[in-house]
Amino acid sequence: MSALASGGFWAFVGVVAGIYTIFALGLQVQFGFAGLLNFGQVAFMAIGAYTMAILVVKEGWSTWLAAPLGVVAAAAAGLLLGVPALRLRADYFAIVTIAFSEIVRYVATNEDSLTGGSQGTIALGKVGVAAQYNGQWERFQARVQGWLGVSSKDVAMLVIVWIVATILLALVWLAVRTPWGRVLRAIREDEDAAASLGKNVPAYKLQVLALGSGLAGIAGLFYAWQFSFFSPDDFAPLLTFFAWMIVILGGLGRIWAVPVGAGVFGFLFAGTRFLDFRPLSYLSGADRAYVRLIVIGLVIIGLVLLRPQGILGKRDEMVLE
Amino acid sequence: MFWQLLANGLVTGSVIAIAAVGVSLIYGILRLVNFAYGDFMAFGALVTYSFNGPLGLGIVVSTVLGMVATAILSLVLDAALWRPLRARRAGFMSFFLASIGLALVLRQVLLLAYGPQPREYDVNPFKVYVIGSVRLSQAQVITIIVAAAAIVALGIFLSRSTVGRTMRALADDRALAAIAGIDVSRVIAYTWILSGLLAGVAGVLAGLVQTTFDPNFGFQLLLPVFAAVILGGIGNAYGALAGGLALGIAMELSTWSSFFGGVNPVYKPVVAFGVLAAALMVRPQGLFGRARVV
Repeated sequence: MSALASGGFWAFVGVVAGIYTIFALGLQVQFGFAGLLNFGQVAFMAIGAYTMAILVVKEGWSTWLAAPLGVVAAAAAGLLLGVPALRLRADYFAIVTIAFSEIVRYVATNEDSLTGGSQGTIALGKVGVAAQYNGQWERFQARVQGWLGVSSKDVAMLVIVWIVATILLALVWLAVRTPWGRVLRAIREDEDAAASLGKNVPAYKLQVLALGSGLAGIAGLFYAWQFSFFSPDDFAPLLTFFAWMIVILGGLGRIWAVPVGAGVFGFLFAGTRFLDFRPLSYLSGADRAYVRLIVIGLVIIGLVLLRPQGILGKRDEMVLE
Repeated sequence: MFWQLLANGLVTGSVIAIAAVGVSLIYGILRLVNFAYGDFMAFGALVTYSFNGPLGLGIVVSTVLGMVATAILSLVLDAALWRPLRARRAGFMSFFLASIGLALVLRQVLLLAYGPQPREYDVNPFKVYVIGSVRLSQAQVITIIVAAAAIVALGIFLSRSTVGRTMRALADDRALAAIAGIDVSRVIAYTWILSGLLAGVAGVLAGLVQTTFDPNFGFQLLLPVFAAVILGGIGNAYGALAGGLALGIAMELSTWSSFFGGVNPVYKPVVAFGVLAAALMVRPQGLFGRARVV
């Protein structure tokens, strides 16, 4: 159990939770406020991360220019998907978005010259270049580390991720309190009623899709920086399901429930690495990874069955139907 | 080359079509988009492998046992998971998310039980049948024959038998069917059995066609199956059959070199969704679906 007591472990849980907070926040706006069933969220994370990595490593751009462009690319992809897909019924939309995320992953796996292929970003540039992108992020992280006076890189990352996450949470919290946010909730409750009051429902849905995609793009940037390399397999549909679990675990329609859900998820995800007590210690490391996902699957099923409003959800405003 | 690809497409399409009927029937009756269906297929394929490989039973007997096991699994899960959700009058979202959780659990349990290494059935992979310019492996021939038999049997079952007709009635209008005296919970049980049997046979056929498979292979099959279900109009069994065959043929023919140089074969699943996207632009309710106000 010593690993659970070490600060490094908790910093890692915190970083994972922070990245997933930003990632799942987009889903919360899309589903918790506008009722959209986006099951392809991971695609936009991938697009953000890949756009940044490709521009920095292959095109030699500055990180501070490439990163915002990655977010813009993710949001633009959300619009591109939304224009045709939003015409579909909700259940078709859900399936089409999963398919979109798989198509993005197929392209990333197979277009070696663009993305580095199945080897991932390690194959993007010369050896040593890909590892560090161009060093700008590492220097920034080191400066934050020095400024905070902490010994671990992870703690610096933890602080950066959570500052960004808190700002984004606050902005979204403010946004859903405006008339714009009220229209979203009206669309969630009754699309036809909102339309009959002269609200341009497809435009609102597109805006929410682009907003959520952009947030996923930001999460993708941090994912890329935290793990140095990534490959298409890091963006499997599983990540989208994790984000859904976070949103429902925390509570639907409540912005500040997202970090709570992400914290529980981060602990489940990273903490179950340490399931090394008997009888689980008889299992090999790979087998314990399977057990970890079984636990997460059971949590999803258990939530749906037993507590559809999540930990912090308001039962009278929104319950999972 | 064209005929070879068409034959390959028929093989791929048959497997997709059988699975798509299983998904579509369950959707029609329970309004459940079963995301775990790919893992049901993997379950059927691996249980069949257990009887066929380690226990040394013939492939036909093993397949039947694998299908029965998948049907039993479906019934057990209905009692443990889906019935409580129905009792709560849960909506689309709950069902879909629960099936995602179930897919996760099922796949990891299969990985724990069978490990990630590829498996293959005890059949002769080198026996080849030549018909004109088309060469088919034994597995492909078996797939076409089994699929054709299954499709005909399914068509007769749905159109002629009482159970099949009540299933379609229920899919069409649940309240009306219940008023007409149909025992809804019995039909639901029959539907799970049928969808489980179909998942089992589709899994085995997919395993035969691919020659090797592992616990993850169900999920890779799932997206073309979903595309076929939507293409045919979700909930419509005949539409799912037609959608599956059409997509299978489209996926294989897209690699034909005379067709704009041919698509890279790795993008076959993308082709399935390209076709689907094009079709939905014209008919948002699917080829055989009815436009209705929900």
